[in-house]
Amino acid sequence: MATTVVAEDTARARSRLGDRVFSRLALSAGIAILAALAAVFIFLAIEGIPGLAKPAEFYGDASNFWGYVAPLLFGTVLAAIIALIVAVPLSWGIALVVSHYAPKRVATPIAYVIDLLAAVPSVVFGLWGISVLAPRLTPAYAWLDENAGWVPFFAGPASTTGRTILTAGIVLAIMIIPIITAISREVFAQTPRLHEEAALALGATRWEMLRLAVFPYARSGMVSAVMLGLGRALGETMAVAMVLSAGGGISFNLISSTNPASIASNIASNYKEGTPGKIQVLIATGLVLFLVTFLVNFAARWVVQRSERRLAR
Amino acid sequence: MSTVTPTTPVRPRSEAVSFTAAKLPRFAPALVAVVAIAAAALPVLFMGAGAITWAVLAGIVYLVALPLWARAVEGSRGATDRLVTGLVWAACAVAIVPLVSLLWTVVDRGLPAINTTFLTFSMYRTDLDQEVGIYHALIGTLLITLFAALISVPIGIMAAIYLIEYGKGNRLARWITFLVDVMTGIPSIVAGLFAFALFILLFGPSTRMGFGGSVALSLLMIPIVVRSTEEMLRLVPDELREASYALGVPKWRTIVKVVLPTALGGIVTGVTLSIARVVGETAPLLLIAGLTTRTNFNVFAERMTTLPVLIFTQNANPGIAETPGGIRPGIEIAWGGALVLIVIVMLLNIVARTIGAIFAPKTGH
Repeated sequence: MATTVVAEDTARARSRLGDRVFSRLALSAGIAILAALAAVFIFLAIEGIPGLAKPAEFYGDASNFWGYVAPLLFGTVLAAIIALIVAVPLSWGIALVVSHYAPKRVATPIAYVIDLLAAVPSVVFGLWGISVLAPRLTPAYAWLDENAGWVPFFAGPASTTGRTILTAGIVLAIMIIPIITAISREVFAQTPRLHEEAALALGATRWEMLRLAVFPYARSGMVSAVMLGLGRALGETMAVAMVLSAGGGISFNLISSTNPASIASNIASNYKEGTPGKIQVLIATGLVLFLVTFLVNFAARWVVQRSERRLAR
Repeated sequence: MSTVTPTTPVRPRSEAVSFTAAKLPRFAPALVAVVAIAAAALPVLFMGAGAITWAVLAGIVYLVALPLWARAVEGSRGATDRLVTGLVWAACAVAIVPLVSLLWTVVDRGLPAINTTFLTFSMYRTDLDQEVGIYHALIGTLLITLFAALISVPIGIMAAIYLIEYGKGNRLARWITFLVDVMTGIPSIVAGLFAFALFILLFGPSTRMGFGGSVALSLLMIPIVVRSTEEMLRLVPDELREASYALGVPKWRTIVKVVLPTALGGIVTGVTLSIARVVGETAPLLLIAGLTTRTNFNVFAERMTTLPVLIFTQNANPGIAETPGGIRPGIEIAWGGALVLIVIVMLLNIVARTIGAIFAPKTGH
């Protein structure tokens, strides 16, 4: 009898020990993630902050860091906004087809194909953009320059290679379509069936049903999908670095090669020639990019979480 | 998904009762589509425009004609509905075009480059006529991704276990969930800069090593692994856990022996998808893993080329074509590499989805 008690005790002790070790392991993995995120910030700061105040020769044409980073930030935001303008209507269209318009046996392959689009590496998109899309767009740019030159966006002279910020924006758009589609699709599909059927029963057409029942329900999800797409477009490096032939300063001229690079593509194309001082400047620009994308993602997730809590109530 | 069904019960009823509003016949969209394609063919025939112009014109004619007809018969509400339906499908068609074009271009231009030499030789050559290939980049991609997986899979799975099994709903778990979500949005170049900053601080300013690339990639992988594992663990029914506790099994053995095996299929799917996601990453590896023409088997020393970096640099510095006006050697290598990379990524995706489909946990009873 005594032996069994001892055995039980040791077994319990062993299990307690195992539990302790395992839960500590799990906890430390969770904390490691927080630490990693903090480390990203800390190490970028250590290496980047000296880059904020270098002698003027490190900043090329600009006289200080903010003068150096401003055109890059402008290029980043401009390319991302073009991408959003192209991608958002398309993505919502695809999401509606998959969730509400197509019969299931058509919707499933469409969803699969769009997911495939998400799997294509960005460097392949860049390769495709520079060698297929850019030459295709050159005649369109020439036409825009001739016929719509009075619009500041198309002031020209039109680029002969097609490697403009508009091309880069379109490539970015193709890359973020799957992200926006995936999230919008989910939120569209989550609309309660009863709301939809109530709208239809009142005589609404399909579009009116979408407007009255689906969109109000999905609004925050749609907003956060767009913001996640924005975050991705802001940080995308290779496609922009390969497609865009950068030069010049802040300009809204979309069809000539006088646009600034984006922050990410500027890092990718300049890190090689970098002296340690120059690299610190590049890391500082990376820190700016990190903060911008972090804020965008933070805002997007905050919108989602808030609406989730509201729906749960 | 099955949301088309609501329209079906409505339609027959409205047709059977005579005092409903007038409706276009069922074949109206098809008829207008045929007319639009034919109408758009006229200027194409006379002015000799290409197939793209034809398709765009036909789409515009359709999007104008059908709503106009519907406006005459059904009124403005019906017209708007038809217009939106057309626009939504057009969006879908427009988005498929670049994917088809991209896949076709990659296969078309990449296939001529692929042969056994291409896959088994490195770019290192001792004289100018020597054959080159992408073997070194394949090895680099394989090793760097492997080490990235070795770092991120344990951390990701354990963190997910913490979130679901231990931290359920407490403040720390909520923060981790939130920050993991935010982490999915970290630009890859920032992950690369982080690894770069870390390694040049530790080992001096000219450090380049494959392992640095693995660290950067694992930063991108961890959030994907955590999210997918979390979803899968959440699907494991609580009855299973409780049955195990009732038998006196300690919590950690319940997790290892009951919860994880139940969710295994989904977890493997998530891990495979995360590998597919990072295997094509270029920017971080460009910074920290560098570029070399030789095959390097040691991730902890020296530069290491990966496939995406090879594609990028070959495209940027294509060299001179053998015959004037021919394909430059770098461009050919870049497309060949792109084909190999896409095949790898697609295979990983298919494997992941197959595993996911086979081991999908049965949620419904």
